[in-house]
Amino acid sequence: MARMKFVCDAERCIECNSCVTACKNEHEVPWGVNRRRVVTLNDGVPGEKSISVACMHCSDAPCMAVCPVNCFYRTDEGVVLHDKDVCIGCGYCSYACPFGAPQFPSQGTFGVRGKMDKCTFCAGGPEEHGSEAEFEKYGRNRLAEGKLPACAEMCSTKALLAGDGDVVADIFRTRVVQRGKGAEVWGWGTAYGSRQAGQPPKEGTKS
Amino acid sequence: MKTLPTRFHVVLLVAATVLLGACSEKPQAGASNAGLDKPAYVGTGSNFTVPGWTAGDRTSWESQLKARNQRGQNEYNKTVAAR
Repeated sequence: MARMKFVCDAERCIECNSCVTACKNEHEVPWGVNRRRVVTLNDGVPGEKSISVACMHCSDAPCMAVCPVNCFYRTDEGVVLHDKDVCIGCGYCSYACPFGAPQFPSQGTFGVRGKMDKCTFCAGGPEEHGSEAEFEKYGRNRLAEGKLPACAEMCSTKALLAGDGDVVADIFRTRVVQRGKGAEVWGWGTAYGSRQAGQPPKEGTKS
Repeated sequence: MKTLPTRFHVVLLVAATVLLGACSEKPQAGASNAGLDKPAYVGTGSNFTVPGWTAGDRTSWESQLKARNQRGQNEYNKTVAAR
């Protein structure tokens, strides 16, 4: 299996925010913390584009590189997760992330930052799968239930694709061929390297 | 003039070493649970698990996710145009 990846098709996203709602509902994310959000470029101008943004689970994650306590790790499927028992809430990851994914609860005493929270690709965290502790800290572990991330599965226009990198790239490629435009994938190059989603993977390489 | 270390000096040195040892830097590697995280294909054992795959079987889990991707996210599979 290739790495797990997100693709947001800006030609399809209608800024309905169902991905945001699905995420908040699935993981019972508290007020003030948005693991996913929809960003609209050139809002109000004809031809505006919207994209759903969250942690992209980068191939070479900058958050992982700057974390002073090494709380991040990557699963075999390429999902970037972190251990909240180790996180000290310093916020370095927030500055390093090109997608603004790391979130911090704002109810801390004296304005102190709490443990970082971010999209887990619905893969939970370093606790017993499906346990209460895992849900409390990281949310539901849908991947271990044989499901895909809730945001993508709830997307009304299927603009947001999530899953095996090769499969989602293939689905996206079919769309581009069918409609004859919109091959640009926002954030793909930043997160996964320079190769675009519309290109087939090289033989024998893991994308 | 050179003075040889007396027994007092030696005791003082040993005591200082022992006492100041407490000021040394403790290892700061957190007791991370990251290594204990099991792979997703192991499953959760909960009733919310989707049927059609076997928990613990990686290939079965991967096939399940790929099928779910195609079934749920690729509507060209359902339209005549792409056939």
